Amino acid sequence: MTTAPILEIRNLTQHFGGLTAISDFNIKLKNNQMAGLIGPNGAGKTTIFNLVSGFYQPSQGEIFINGKPTAGLKPHKVTALGVARTFQNIRLWNQMTVLDNIKVAQHGKLGYGFFDALMRTKVYRETEDRINHEAYELLKVFELDKFADDFPTNLPYGLQRKLEIVRALSEKPSLLLLDEPAAGLNTVDMHELIRLIRWIHDSFDVTIWIIEHHMDVMMELCDELKVIDFGHTIAEGPALEVQKNPAVITAYLGDENI
Amino acid sequence: MLEIIIQNIINALQWGSFYALIALGYTMVYGVLTLINFAHGDVFMVGAYISFFTATLLLSFLGVPGWVALALTIPITMMLTAMVGVSLERIAYRPLRRKGAHRLYVVITALMCGLILEHANLAILGASRKAFPELITTHVYNIGGITFTNLKLAVIVTAILAFFILQWIVTKTKVGMAMRAISYDKFAVPLMGIPIDSIIVVTFALGSAFAGLAGILFAMSYPILEPYMGALIGWKAFIAAVVGGIGDIRGAFLGGFILGAVEILVVAVFPSTYRDLIAFTVLLIILSIKPTGLFGIAKTTKI
Amino acid sequence: MKSLLQRYSVQLILITLGGLITYLAYEEAIGLYTLSVLMFMGVNIILSTSLNLVNGNMGEFSCGHAGFMCVGAYVSSILGVLLFAKDKVFGAPLINPDLALYFFPLIILTGGAAAAITGLLVALPSYKTRGDYLAIITIAANYIIISLIENLGVIGGSRGFMGMKTVVNTMNDTFDLPWMVIWVFIFTVGCVWALRRYNSSTFGKGVSAICQDEVAAEIMSVNTNKIKTITFMLSSGLAGIAGGLFAYIIGYVNPGSFNILKSTEVLVMVYLGGMASLSGAVLSAILFTILLELLRPLQIIKWVVIPLLLIILMQFRPEGIMGNRELSDLFPKLKRFYRFK
Repeated sequence: MTTAPILEIRNLTQHFGGLTAISDFNIKLKNNQMAGLIGPNGAGKTTIFNLVSGFYQPSQGEIFINGKPTAGLKPHKVTALGVARTFQNIRLWNQMTVLDNIKVAQHGKLGYGFFDALMRTKVYRETEDRINHEAYELLKVFELDKFADDFPTNLPYGLQRKLEIVRALSEKPSLLLLDEPAAGLNTVDMHELIRLIRWIHDSFDVTIWIIEHHMDVMMELCDELKVIDFGHTIAEGPALEVQKNPAVITAYLGDENI
Repeated sequence: MLEIIIQNIINALQWGSFYALIALGYTMVYGVLTLINFAHGDVFMVGAYISFFTATLLLSFLGVPGWVALALTIPITMMLTAMVGVSLERIAYRPLRRKGAHRLYVVITALMCGLILEHANLAILGASRKAFPELITTHVYNIGGITFTNLKLAVIVTAILAFFILQWIVTKTKVGMAMRAISYDKFAVPLMGIPIDSIIVVTFALGSAFAGLAGILFAMSYPILEPYMGALIGWKAFIAAVVGGIGDIRGAFLGGFILGAVEILVVAVFPSTYRDLIAFTVLLIILSIKPTGLFGIAKTTKI
Repeated sequence: MKSLLQRYSVQLILITLGGLITYLAYEEAIGLYTLSVLMFMGVNIILSTSLNLVNGNMGEFSCGHAGFMCVGAYVSSILGVLLFAKDKVFGAPLINPDLALYFFPLIILTGGAAAAITGLLVALPSYKTRGDYLAIITIAANYIIISLIENLGVIGGSRGFMGMKTVVNTMNDTFDLPWMVIWVFIFTVGCVWALRRYNSSTFGKGVSAICQDEVAAEIMSVNTNKIKTITFMLSSGLAGIAGGLFAYIIGYVNPGSFNILKSTEVLVMVYLGGMASLSGAVLSAILFTILLELLRPLQIIKWVVIPLLLIILMQFRPEGIMGNRELSDLFPKLKRFYRFK
C-alpha cells in the first residue's frame, strides 16, 4: 500500500507583480519527517509557507496535503486538511487568555453553530467541556498550565514562542510549519527549543518543516534540507552535505572571487 | 441634445468642485493621521459663515466696493477657517492622541466637535437663514444654448487651481514630502528629525483653508446659509474621498467630481428626491468593485 | 447556599425588577413620562450592546446602526398594522386582533430578521476590506435606507407611518397589563443575555480573535468570513428589534428619526461605555438616556453640552467608562454572588 506524501509541492511558482518570488519549487515530505528550508533573507521561504497554508494562491503549480489539492481553498480550509503553522513574528491573540488561545484554535472542528451557542444545547455543553479539557491537558503536557489564565503578553518571550507552537499543535496537524521558531531567542532558550521540537517530533505523529537561520538548529534537527535563493532551489539533501555545497556558501557569504 | 449634455457637464463640474474641495481636507488628514475628521463638513459650514460675516462687515460697514471685498474675504476666510481647523486639532485631537487613546476615540471626538460647531452656531445665531450679500454682479452668458455664469466658471477654475497648488505642495515641497512620509511610517518619521506635530498642524491648516474656500464659493453660488449645511455635504464629500481612494489628493478631486456628476445626472433624469438614494448606491457599487478606491493602493498584509 | 445564590441571583434580580416595573406601571405609580424614559433606556441598551459587538468586539467601524433600526421599525410596524389594525391603506385587520398579544414578539422578531438580512447585504462588500471602509459602506447604507423609505409613498414617505398605537391598545384590551413595558424589558434582557452567551462561547470568541489578529484567526481554522457575517447579522438584527420596539413605544415612525444623528448617538454610547465591554455598553446606555432627559430643558444647547461633556470625559478616560473590562473584572468579589451566562 502506498500512502500519499504528507505534503507534495509540484512546480510551484509565484509572481508578485513583475517579481518572481518562487520559481519551480518541488518537494515531497513523508510521514513523520523533519525537514528544513533555508536561504538568505528575502529568498522566498515565508512565501512558500504562505502558499502552503493557503494565505496566497500560487501563480502556477500545485500543492497537495495528504494527497488533497489545496487550490482555491481559504486558509481555514487548508488548516482543516491538516496543516498548522507558526509565524515569524509571534501572532498570538494577546487580549485572550492562554487557554482561550488554544480553544479558539479549535474553531474549525467545533461541531456546533450559532444557535447552539445561544441556546446552550447539549452538543454545545459537551463540545465546550471537551475542548476545555483537551486544551488544559495540552497546556499541562507543555507545562504551560500554570499560565492558563494569563495573557500571552505577560509571558516571557521564549514561552510565547512555545505557546504559539502549542497552539499550532492543538490543531492536531499532520504537517507542522515552523517559521523561524528560534528568532529572537537566547542560547539557553534555543537549546530548550531544539529539545522541544525534537520531543514533539518523537511524541506526536507529525511531519515538521522548519524555516530557520540558525544553522546549528537545522543541523541538529533536520534530516533533509532545501536551500533556496531568489526563489530558486540551489541545493538539497542531507544537512551535512548541503552545508558544504559551494552554491550555498556563495549564497550566504557571497562569492569570494569578486 | 449636445447642449443639454454640455450644460449638465458644466453643472456637474461646479457641483463637484464643492465636494472636491471638501474631500481634500478629509483625505489629507486621513493620509497623515488615519483619522476620519468628521468635523470637517462643519468646518466648511463655519467657513461659509466666516465669509458671510467678513463680506457683510466689509460691504456694509466699511463700504468697500464688491470686488475689493471679495479679494479681502477670500484670504481672511481661508485664514480664519484654517485657525478653526487647527484649534480643533490642538484642543481636542492632539491631547487624546498623546494619551494613547484608541484611534476611534479620536474619530468620535471629531464627531462631537462637529455637533458642537453645528449647534453652537444654531444657539448663537438662531435658526434664521442668512442671506449672503452679492459681492460681484453675476453675468449670465449664453453660448450656443449653453448658459453659465461667471460665478460658475470661477468655482470650477478655483477648484482646479486648488488641485494643482495642493498637488504641488504635496509632491514638491518639503512639508508635502514629510506628509507623505508620515502616512508611510508614523514611527520612523520622528526619528528622522521631522517635527511631526508641526506637519499635522500644517495638514489641518491646509485642509481647513480649502474648506473655507469651498465655503465662500458655496455661499456665493447658493447665497443661503444655515447651520446644518455642512453636515450632509460633509458626509458625502467624505464618501467621495473614499471612492477616489482616501489619502490621495487626485482621488479626492476625482471622487468629488464623480459624486457631483452622479448627482446632477440623477436630478436631470429622476425626481430630485432620488438624488441621495442613487448617488450613494452608485458610490457603493464603485466601492464594491474597487474596494480601495480609484487611486487607492491595496495594503498587503505581511506575515 | 452560596452556590445556589450565585446560580439564581441574576434571574431573581431580573424577575423582581421586571415585576416591580410592571406592577408600578400597572398601578400607574410611575408617570407615563418616566415610563417612556425607562423604555427608551431599554431600546438604547439593545442598540449600544449590539453595536458594541461589531465596533468593540470585532474591531470594525460601523457607523450606520440607525439604518438597521429603521428597517426593523418599518417592517414590524407595517406587519403589525397590516395584521392587527384597521388602516387606510392596508384595510381591515387580517387576523383577529385578539391574537395581537401572542404574535407581537414574532412581529418584532420579523423586523429583526429583516434588519439582519439588510445587514448581510451590507456586510458582503466589506469582506475585501477592513476598518474604515465599513464606515463608508454603513454610512451610505444608512442614507440609502432612509432615502428609499422617503421615496415610498405607500408607507407614508417622509411624512412617516403610524397606526401602531392601535396594536398596542389591542394588546392592552386583550389582557390588561402594560404590555409595551413588559416586551421592552423582555427583549432588552434577552438581547444582553444572548450577546453574553455569544461572546463567552468559543464560537463567539472567534470574533475577538478576528479583532486581535485576523490573519492568525483565519490560519488557525476560524472561518473569518462566516464569523464576520454572523456577527454583523446578529448586530444589525438586534438593532432591528430595537427599532421595532422604538416604533411601538412612540406609535409613529418617520425616516428622519433614523438619520445619521441617531447613528451618532449609538456610536457615542458604545465608545462612552468602553469598547468590547458589555456591561460598559449597558451602563453607558442608561447614563446617556438619563443625560439626554436631564438636559432636555436646554433645547438646542443640549447638543452643545452633551458633546462637550463627552469630549471632556474622553480626555480624562480615553478608553471609555469601563475600558475593555466587565463589571466582574472591576469587582472580582461580585463573582461570588452572581453568575451570568
